[in-house]
Amino acid sequence: MSMLTIEDLRVRVRSRDGMRTIVDGVTLDIGRGEALGLVGESGSGKSITARTVLGLFPRGADVTGRIEVDGEPVLGASRRSLTALRSRKVAMIFQDPRAHINPVHRVGDFLTEALRKHLGMDRAAAARKAVGLLADVGIADGERRLRQYPHELSGGLLQRVMIAAAIAIEPDLILADEPTTALDVTTQSEVMAILGDLRRERGMAMLFITHDLELAAATCDRTAVMYAGQIVECQSSRTLPDRPLHPYTSGLLGSRPSIEAAVRRLPVIPGRPVAAFETGAGCSFAGRCPMVEDRCRIEAPATVRRTEGAVACHRNEELVGALPSEPTVRSADV
Amino acid sequence: MTLLLFLLRRAATLVVVTLVSSFLVFSLMELAPGSPLSFLLGNRSATPEQVALVTEQYHLDDPFLVRYGAWLGDVLHGDLGRSIAYKQSVTDLLSTRVTTTLLLVGYAGIIITIVGVGLGVLAGSRPGRLDAALTALTTGFLAVPAFVSGVVLIWVFAVQLGWFPAFGGGHGLLDRLRHLTLPAVALSLASSAYLARITRAAVQTQQQAEHVETARSRGLQGGYVMRHHVVRNSLIPITTVLGLTIATLIAGAVVVESVFALDGIGSLLVQAILRSDFVVVQAVILVLVVAFVLVNTLVDIVYTMVDPRISLTAGTGR
Amino acid sequence: MSALTTNPATAATAATGRLRPRTRLRSAAGLLGVPGLLAVGFLVLVAVVAVAAPLLAPADPNFPAPLEAYASPSGAHLMGTDALGRDLLSRLMYGARVAILASVAIIALSTVVGTAVALVSAWVGGVVDAFVSRVLDILFAVPGIIFALAAVSVMGPGPTGVVLGLTLGYTPYVARVVRGATLREVRMDYVDAAWLQGRSGVAICLRHLLPNLRPLIIAQAVSSLGFALIDLSALSFLGLGVQPPAADWGLTMRAGLDSALRGHVGEAVSAGLCLGLLVASVIVLGDRLSKQAEERA
Repeated sequence: MSMLTIEDLRVRVRSRDGMRTIVDGVTLDIGRGEALGLVGESGSGKSITARTVLGLFPRGADVTGRIEVDGEPVLGASRRSLTALRSRKVAMIFQDPRAHINPVHRVGDFLTEALRKHLGMDRAAAARKAVGLLADVGIADGERRLRQYPHELSGGLLQRVMIAAAIAIEPDLILADEPTTALDVTTQSEVMAILGDLRRERGMAMLFITHDLELAAATCDRTAVMYAGQIVECQSSRTLPDRPLHPYTSGLLGSRPSIEAAVRRLPVIPGRPVAAFETGAGCSFAGRCPMVEDRCRIEAPATVRRTEGAVACHRNEELVGALPSEPTVRSADV
Repeated sequence: MTLLLFLLRRAATLVVVTLVSSFLVFSLMELAPGSPLSFLLGNRSATPEQVALVTEQYHLDDPFLVRYGAWLGDVLHGDLGRSIAYKQSVTDLLSTRVTTTLLLVGYAGIIITIVGVGLGVLAGSRPGRLDAALTALTTGFLAVPAFVSGVVLIWVFAVQLGWFPAFGGGHGLLDRLRHLTLPAVALSLASSAYLARITRAAVQTQQQAEHVETARSRGLQGGYVMRHHVVRNSLIPITTVLGLTIATLIAGAVVVESVFALDGIGSLLVQAILRSDFVVVQAVILVLVVAFVLVNTLVDIVYTMVDPRISLTAGTGR
Repeated sequence: MSALTTNPATAATAATGRLRPRTRLRSAAGLLGVPGLLAVGFLVLVAVVAVAAPLLAPADPNFPAPLEAYASPSGAHLMGTDALGRDLLSRLMYGARVAILASVAIIALSTVVGTAVALVSAWVGGVVDAFVSRVLDILFAVPGIIFALAAVSVMGPGPTGVVLGLTLGYTPYVARVVRGATLREVRMDYVDAAWLQGRSGVAICLRHLLPNLRPLIIAQAVSSLGFALIDLSALSFLGLGVQPPAADWGLTMRAGLDSALRGHVGEAVSAGLCLGLLVASVIVLGDRLSKQAEERA
């Protein structure tokens, strides 16, 4: 049985110009202990998707579709079952620990808050457990850290605190929303390693949100690519970097810098990323796609399940194995 | 250690500010038209003994700075001079009246904190009709001066209903508080409204804050998140405003004491100005300025407790 | 880099300048909203009444008729009379003159002085700015009315001392706000660009900084106007400002206190309403302007 099932999720939020579609029919599935990377540019709807799993969405948002965590429906759930979901089953790690941890409370208060409120631990027991959790995320002098305030810790340390707080309730599913984006590069790999190890040790499933395709492929079992509120491709992380199924994924892979091939200038995907509410009738990527055909502009492609993975592209049949996964060197650039 | 250092620094600032303001208050006398003697006497015809007394007390034959030094020395010894109108030592005049003013300001301060923060949290956490109604209400009260609300309160609760006395200070603590109720309400209406507006804005901002989203994502209950995260963090702007509000209350006491004929230092100041009793004016203004600076210092200390990011050594950083 | 060439404020004025007057009026109405429009309406009404008081007032505000004391509202006296039998409506109309004239004088003076101090301090920086900001911090802690009380104690009761004292008291408020905004503005690229073009400091302050700070300064001035009105009438109420028998809202309120004790609440209610509504209008308008100044920044 799967840990998380999302089916045809649509989210519309209120804006000045009326309701805007942010998530446009997302379907995905994560098994027990499985990690799924959800990759997309900013505005693609990936963060909203993650928040919706916890029933967190802006006031006046219109959410349809089906979300189930461990077989329990989330949308339309009672306050009591939402609380149970958030306090015992699912934990979220946010992008910017500096903003997402209350600056006026001590690190210890943040770590023990959920333990005391949800697990009924007394202060001393919760503090002992918090020291243990800090040790698990590689922070040795836990006793001292508990008494410190968030502003006294570096960003990397603080993100480890956030991870410790997330695993404190021993959840079955972790939602990680760009957990390393706000950190500097060396700290990023440390934090990812800790997160990955803990997840595997404890058999937790993870929905890993990032804009970094390579990072997702390196950390997760499967990788899904999101564009304009839709998942355009999803396949095993082992095969995705070498055999992209969707032209957008191919473009993302082609625009990363590479150590082996020295390229004068990195190719970019022409045009700018669009949000779900800006798309027209056809494929949302049609305007920027190098493989575009006439029907792409008229008809939106359905998601096709192939042996290689799932993809939403009219030309998927002919493009399998044909899409480049490395920066293409155009003669004009050399 | 850092706390001690911080307190020492604040105390030093306090002393400097008090010295400077005492000098300015003393210099007021020089700004006045006419000779300091006639000014001090308030243009009264005085007996030669009175003239000699005032001349001696204010060292009027000495140069300005010497005079200031002598006056400051007296003030530091608790001698604020002798009132010409009341024919009484100013220190005695003040000591009986300070309690009334302190009680009034304290009473009003408690009302403001409870009503202002309460209404602000209510308005900030319940957008829609209640918020709109409360915002309109606070704008209205903000616009009503204390002397207007004072007169209206006297008319309704003293003249018409007879629930509270219209005038006077009363005797004994309970009776005093009964006498001070209408004045304290009059004094606190506008400031409560102001604090409610500030609190509302802070609560609204905090509800959008990322750390509140974290708390919600962890399944913490609405009431708990409100108390421990939204309201707790809103205390930072609230504290800043509360300091200014208390200063406003002390100034407002001057007016309210006059409306309700209370024997406080505010009404004493007004009487002294009207009776050209400059010795008293000088003393009361000095006391008020020291009070403002003290309140500010206290607020700075509270501020470092409310916001741990402000370190004691780095000053206030407001 | 567009900041190098376009000054946002002048660009904005150029944009509104192209609009036809009627469109401009409508867009202004949209920005103000219903409460803002009501506030502006009431302000205009009071201003007209103040200016045209001699033409509009039904009676001489100082004409006493002891036999008609505390007359109820009637055809002869639309709002009744006071303890001396003077026409209340006429007294309130003339009272508007004092209130508006004096409060506008206080705010205009303190805004000019405060802005000048702030600009010089923030522009020169260094020790000067450190000193000025310390002094402002201290003065800021002392409510404006205390300055007025000190001034009156030296100069004697009367409007001159009150206006001077309140001006002195309100200047630190203006200076503090403007200084903060100037420090933010000075860091902008366009200031460096103007500097590199060889403009003088004075020219940059007057031609570039000031226009950009203008919305904020105006919003601040309008908001302070309400507090000036309150302080001003409070001092008259205490007997330290405008002196009887002049028509003034604060004085009417003082007389209203004595009348209320004798069971006549007309003066207190009408003067209180005039003052309260005027202050509320100014606060609502100030809020609107502040919001716009913030959105612009």
